[in-house]
Amino acid sequence: MTETENTGTPEERVPRRVIGTPVPGGQPNGRPGGQVGVVGGTETEVHEAEPGTGVVFPDPASARRAERLVALLFLVAFLAGVGFIVSYVAFQVGDIDSTATSNFALGGTMTLAFLSLACGIVVWVRRIMPKYNLVQERHPMASDPAVRDEVAKVFVQGAEESGFVKHKLLRRTLLLAAAPLGLAPLVLLKDLGPLPGTALRHTVWKQGMRLVVEGTGQPIRAADFNSPGGILSVVPEGYEHDLNALAKATLILIKLRPEQFKSGTNLNWTHDGIVAYSKICTHVGCPAALYEQTTNHILCPCHQSTFDATDGAKVIFGPAARPLPQLPITVDAQGYLVAQRDFLVPVGPSFWERGDAEAEVRGQA
Amino acid sequence: MNSITARRRHPLARYAVLLLALCLVGGAYALLSPTGDRADAAIASGKNDDVANGKALFDVNCSSCHGLNAQGIPGRGPSLIGVGAASVDFQVSSGRMPAANSEGPQAPRKNPPEWVDEKAIDDLAAYIQSLGGGPTRPTADQVDPAKGDAAKGGELFRANCIQCHNWAGAGGALTGGKYAPNLNESTPTQIYEAMITGPQAMPVFNDSTITPEQKRDMIAYIVKIREQTDPGGSGLGRIGPVTEGLVGWIAGIGLLILAAIWITAKKRSKKRAKA
Repeated sequence: MTETENTGTPEERVPRRVIGTPVPGGQPNGRPGGQVGVVGGTETEVHEAEPGTGVVFPDPASARRAERLVALLFLVAFLAGVGFIVSYVAFQVGDIDSTATSNFALGGTMTLAFLSLACGIVVWVRRIMPKYNLVQERHPMASDPAVRDEVAKVFVQGAEESGFVKHKLLRRTLLLAAAPLGLAPLVLLKDLGPLPGTALRHTVWKQGMRLVVEGTGQPIRAADFNSPGGILSVVPEGYEHDLNALAKATLILIKLRPEQFKSGTNLNWTHDGIVAYSKICTHVGCPAALYEQTTNHILCPCHQSTFDATDGAKVIFGPAARPLPQLPITVDAQGYLVAQRDFLVPVGPSFWERGDAEAEVRGQA
Repeated sequence: MNSITARRRHPLARYAVLLLALCLVGGAYALLSPTGDRADAAIASGKNDDVANGKALFDVNCSSCHGLNAQGIPGRGPSLIGVGAASVDFQVSSGRMPAANSEGPQAPRKNPPEWVDEKAIDDLAAYIQSLGGGPTRPTADQVDPAKGDAAKGGELFRANCIQCHNWAGAGGALTGGKYAPNLNESTPTQIYEAMITGPQAMPVFNDSTITPEQKRDMIAYIVKIREQTDPGGSGLGRIGPVTEGLVGWIAGIGLLILAAIWITAKKRSKKRAKA
């Protein structure tokens, strides 16, 4: 890109050239891949060895200065390298603080060593080594027609001599031998299975299973969860630490005022204004649990899907396609919140065989 | 000026111009963006620690939105009957109320006006508490982080709080311009009061489902996290992979690109050529 920059008055500009085009006013392009000079030799501090060769030698004074700089950088790299070894010995690891000190010393010295080494080499290349302006010719990739004819001729001759066309039996048995080997990779695809079966359609929730607080494992008495605007993250009793089960079964429990509910919520599945929704977003399965008690919106932090907690967790914004499934809940004899049954529809994101589970549920009802 | 003109076609000039423009835009935004300045007139608070004094303070500072009897004014402010002393302490001590000068969808944390001191909050709280009860303020013992179990609190915090407030309490965005505030500026008392009262959009975590001991554990966790040093030198707001990625891409890769341009750039000599 710097090739096309203006460097001064128009007369001094290096003409813009595309690689492979003939050199304007230069020597003819007789040597393929040869070096062709394109730099105007007007600069005072550079010495072009021979006009037209494209080799530019640096100014000796500048090169001497650069040499000192490079030597200094290499010296720093040397000291930092020694420092690395010294810090390995000096800073012993053990507890968190001493390990942090050791890491800092080792990382710092190694960074310094490699950085000064790299800087030194770059300065060396840029300010001490001579510069070349290279033009690489681009040629057609194809061989010439005579060679191509010859190859075609040899191929046809070889095919004839092999008797692939003449000997039917050989040809057919060879194809037969290749067929099962071709099918083998398809058979191996079976190892991607087994298919999940109905596992995606069910969670561990079942009738009478208690809802317990995530993090403490306490069952929840409905009368205790009595502040409108409250929310709790809830897991099934007995599965508090079974992450496979929790990946589908985790709930958010929301307390609303009974008059806040809209038609989307199944009131038979609530208890005294307490409603339980799946915490797994129906978009791609993030935990959707940002809850604003002023608007009753449940927000998924991943892609901003927003659900209305008062209206059966209906989607009101965002990419989610379906409401968060509602878990039927009730209370047991001691007043603790329990599940009435499992979710009626699969929780979480869509999958291939899911179908319209909501419509199936409506059909049964 | 001449030197600028001479260098305007320097290969790094375009980057310099871009950087300058970004700085100008950022600086202009910082200067012009709305800042909540507090213009509340300071009024002398009375000497009597009683409900009457709280009522007087309320009439002057709060009643324009919440109504003369704290019954609320539709469209301006909610009823304060039954919100309790804990709400008053949280809202007033964190500067969220009075919210008259707050712009936007959220009443932000800010410095309280001059009339707010411990006595004024006590009186106001006593007045509001007298109207319809509600959650009371926690004792010093209930919010002492030293007495909480940070490990247990962390478990509860991660289950119930981090979706909005971030795992390190740094806060995060909500809908419609609202946001969950940074917890690292809040006092333990304010954190406790927020949990039991559910200020603004925050849900309520009442004492019967999350016990006071468990709340103290969570406070211990928040305070503990706050005291941790960032191993990398800067936590970048501790708001997670977005900022870290942004810094990595812009600062890290940007530097690498500039270095690559410098390494491969053709050496220029226009100054000498002109001279």
